[in-house]
Amino acid sequence: MEATIEVTGLRKRFGSTLALDGMSFIVQPGQVTGFVGPNGAGKSTTMRVILGLDAPDQGSALISGQPYPRLRRPLSHIGATLDAAALQPGRTARNHLLWLAHSQGLSGRRVDEVIERAGLTSAARRKAGGFSLGMRQRLGIAAAMLGDPPVLMFDEPFNGMDPEGIVWMRGYLRYLAAEGRAVLVSSHLMSEMQDSADHLVVAGRGKVIADTSVAELIAAASGDRVTLRTGARPEAMTVLAHAGATVAATGRDTLAVTGLAAEQVVARLSESGVGFSEISAHRASLEEAYMELTRDAVEFRAQPAEEEVR
Amino acid sequence: MTATIAPYRPPQQDGGDGFAPLLHAEWTKFRTLRGWVIAIVIAAAAIAVVGVLLPASGQSHCGSRSGAACLALVPTGPGGEAVNDSYYLAAQPLAGDGSITVRVTSLNGLISAGNGGFVGPNSPPPGTMRPGLVPWAKAGIIITGSTRPGSAYAAMMVTGSHGVRMQYDYTSDIAALPGPVSAASPRWLRLTRSGDVITGYDSADGRHWTEVAAVHLAGLAGTVRAGMFTTSPLDFTPNFPTYAEPGGSLSASVATGTFDDVDLRGGAPGGRWAGQNVGAIGANYAGPRIGLRQAGGRFTVTGSGDIGPVVAAGVNNIFITGTLADHLFGVFIGLLIMIVIAAMFITVEYRRGLIRTTLAASPRRGRLLAAKAVVIGLATFVLGSAAVAVAVIAGSRIAHDSGIYVLASGWPIEVRVILRTGAMLAVASVLALSIGAMLRRSVAAVAAVVVVIVLPYILGVSGVLPASASEWILRVTPAAGFAVEQSVPQYQQVVGHYGPPDYYPLAPWSGLAVLCVYAAVALGLAAWLLRRRDA
Repeated sequence: MEATIEVTGLRKRFGSTLALDGMSFIVQPGQVTGFVGPNGAGKSTTMRVILGLDAPDQGSALISGQPYPRLRRPLSHIGATLDAAALQPGRTARNHLLWLAHSQGLSGRRVDEVIERAGLTSAARRKAGGFSLGMRQRLGIAAAMLGDPPVLMFDEPFNGMDPEGIVWMRGYLRYLAAEGRAVLVSSHLMSEMQDSADHLVVAGRGKVIADTSVAELIAAASGDRVTLRTGARPEAMTVLAHAGATVAATGRDTLAVTGLAAEQVVARLSESGVGFSEISAHRASLEEAYMELTRDAVEFRAQPAEEEVR
Repeated sequence: MTATIAPYRPPQQDGGDGFAPLLHAEWTKFRTLRGWVIAIVIAAAAIAVVGVLLPASGQSHCGSRSGAACLALVPTGPGGEAVNDSYYLAAQPLAGDGSITVRVTSLNGLISAGNGGFVGPNSPPPGTMRPGLVPWAKAGIIITGSTRPGSAYAAMMVTGSHGVRMQYDYTSDIAALPGPVSAASPRWLRLTRSGDVITGYDSADGRHWTEVAAVHLAGLAGTVRAGMFTTSPLDFTPNFPTYAEPGGSLSASVATGTFDDVDLRGGAPGGRWAGQNVGAIGANYAGPRIGLRQAGGRFTVTGSGDIGPVVAAGVNNIFITGTLADHLFGVFIGLLIMIVIAAMFITVEYRRGLIRTTLAASPRRGRLLAAKAVVIGLATFVLGSAAVAVAVIAGSRIAHDSGIYVLASGWPIEVRVILRTGAMLAVASVLALSIGAMLRRSVAAVAAVVVVIVLPYILGVSGVLPASASEWILRVTPAAGFAVEQSVPQYQQVVGHYGPPDYYPLAPWSGLAVLCVYAAVALGLAAWLLRRRDA
C-alpha cells in the first residue's frame, strides 16, 4: 500500500458549530503537502480525526489505506505532532521518548537515534518543562520519527522556532519528502509554505477550497502580468497589442502587459527594434494567492455542501 | 512533480503488538516522573512508620513486670489462642470413661448496682448488687483435663438468655435446647467420656435425650475432672450506640446455678464434691457468694468470670491485648496518597494534552486503560504489601516484646493480612484511576475519590454516626474494603466491642469483594467513556 493520507468527506459538528463540512484531500508520498487555512478552517479537527482521536460524524480518514484505530504499532505507520506543548514538565525529553518507544515495542537505542537526528542530544536528559517552544518542536519531531513511519503529519512545526531552527526544519521536511515519505504540514505562515511545500491544501470553513501545487497556485494568482519600463511607450504598446496582449499605461514610461508571457514580450519588442530599460514578470506571493482564495471561500459556502475539490 | 520518487518503505522492525508494550510504556511513564515515585514511597513509608511507631511505647504494659512476664500471665487454650478461663467448679476426679448427668432447675444472678468495673478486691459490697442475669451467664456440667486455666474441656450449660449450649475448648459453641431454665422448666444435661471423645446431651424431661454433639478433645488426660460449674461475665451496657466509641458501663456480675439429680458414673466410689475457684477473676472477688453450697442432693454453685476466647476489645479481657490491626493505622494515610496518585496517573495527561500522544500511540483505548490499571495496581500492591509487612511484622513484635498479647498472630494470618491489605490498596487505586479517567480533571477526580473512598471510611469508623449507620456504610461503600485489616475472629458467645479497627461488619474477603465490584464497574464505565469520547 502506498504511503498516503486519504481524507474523504469528513463532517463533524461540535454543538452548533460545523467544524468539518465535507473535508476531502489526499496527501501523496514523496512531497511536502502544506495544509493551510484561517483559524476555524478545521485543520486541527481534521488532524485529530486522522489520528483517530476524534470520531467524525461522517466520512473517513485512512492512513495508507487503513483507518487509524486498525493500525498495529501506529507510530511505524504515521508520526505526528499535534501540540508541541503537550508534555509532562517533570519528565526528561529522553524519558518522554522512551515511554513512547516502549509503547511501540521499540528500544532505548532507537530513542537515542531520533534524539540525535532532531539535534536534542545535549538536552535529552533535561526536564521538558524547561524547554523553549522551539526545543519542544524538535522533541515532537523526534517523537514522530520514532517508528520511522512512511507518513508524517506536523501541526504548525515552525511555531516558536528561531531562524536557525526554521532553516533546519525546512530542510528536514524536504529531506523526509525526498526519502519518499508523505509529509503533511499545517501552518499559517504562508511564506514558509512557499519555501517548504510542493503541494497545498487550502481549507476554509471545514472544507477544502484549493488543492493544488504551489507553482500552479501562484501562477493562477499572478495572472501572467508583466511590467515593462520603456522610453518608447507608444511603439511598445502598438507592437504588443498586435501580438495579442492587453496593454495599459501605468506611468510616464511604464506599461502593464497581460496575456503575453515575459519571454514573448521580450521577443516581440526585439523583433520590432523597440528598446526597453526594464522588464519584470509579476509573481504573486503565496500570501496574495491565499488571500484571494479565502476571499472566494465565501462563494464556496453558497454552493452545495457535498462538493469535493480535488 | 516529485512523483518519480519511490514511495518510502520503512525497514522491517521487530517488536510486538500485544499488551506487553503497553504495560512497558505505562510503567516507564510512571517511574520516570519523580514526583509520583516519591509520593508512592512516602505512602509506603507512612504505612510502615505509623504501623511500627504508633503502638510501640517501649514500655511494659502490666505494671512493673517485664514484657515476657506480662505475657506469661495470659492463659492459652489447646489451640494456642488466648483464653479467659475463670469459673467456680464443684468437681470430682473421673478416671477413664464415664458420664455425668444433672438437672438444672435455676440460673439466677446479681449485677453490681454501683459504678462499673472489674470484679476485684475493690468490687462493690454485695449490698449494692441488684438481681439480674447477664446474657452469657453459664451454669452446667464440665469435663476438663485439669483446673489449670487453658485446659482442654467440654461443657453442657444453661445460659442467661441463649438457651442450652454445648461449648468446648473455648472457641466452639453449639446451640441446643432454647429458652430459659426455671423450676417449672428444668433442663437435664449429660456429658459422657469415651477416650478422647466427649458427647453432650440435653433433655427437657429427663427421659428423652438429644445428642448435641460428640467432640474430640486432643490429648485429654486419663483422669479428668467432672462436675458442675457456674460463671458470669461482666455486664456491658454501651453508652452510645456508635461503632468506634467503646464507651459503655461495665458492672460486676455473679450467677448461681441450682443442680439436683446429680449422677456421676465412673468416678471413685463415695467421692465428694469439692468446690474450687478456677482462674483469676473469681479469685479476686471479695464477695461472700462465690462458692458451693450443698443441701441433700441439691447443689448451688455461684461463680463469676467467663470461659471463652479472648477477643479484641472484649469486655472481660483482664490482660492487655493487641491485634495486627493496631499496626495498620498508617494504611489509611497510605491509601489517601495512593488513590490521589492513581487518579492523577490519567488526569495529568488530560491537563497537559498528553492524552492525545498516548492515544495516538495506543489507539485501542480499552487496552490502554487496562495497562494503566495493571501498572498502578501492581505498583500499589507491591509497595503497599511491603509496607504493611513491615508494619505488621515489626509492629507486632515490638508490641509483643513490651508485654502486649497480640491476638491471632503468626505467619499464616500475618501473610493473609499483608496480601489482603496490599490488594485493597491496589483495588482502591484502580477505582481512583477509573474515576480519574471518567472525570478527566485532577481536582474533580481527587475530590471524587476522597468522597467515594475516604469519606465513607471516616464516617464509618469515627463514631460520629449511630452504629447501624456506620455498619451500613462499611458494608455497601468502597470503604468495606478496609475489612481486610481484620485478623481476629468474632465470637458471638463473647461480649465485646465488635467495631473498627479490629472488626468490620463484613468478612475480610467479602469487604474486598465489595470494593472490587466498585472498581470493576468504574473501570468498565471509564473504558466505555474513553472509547466513546473525543480525546
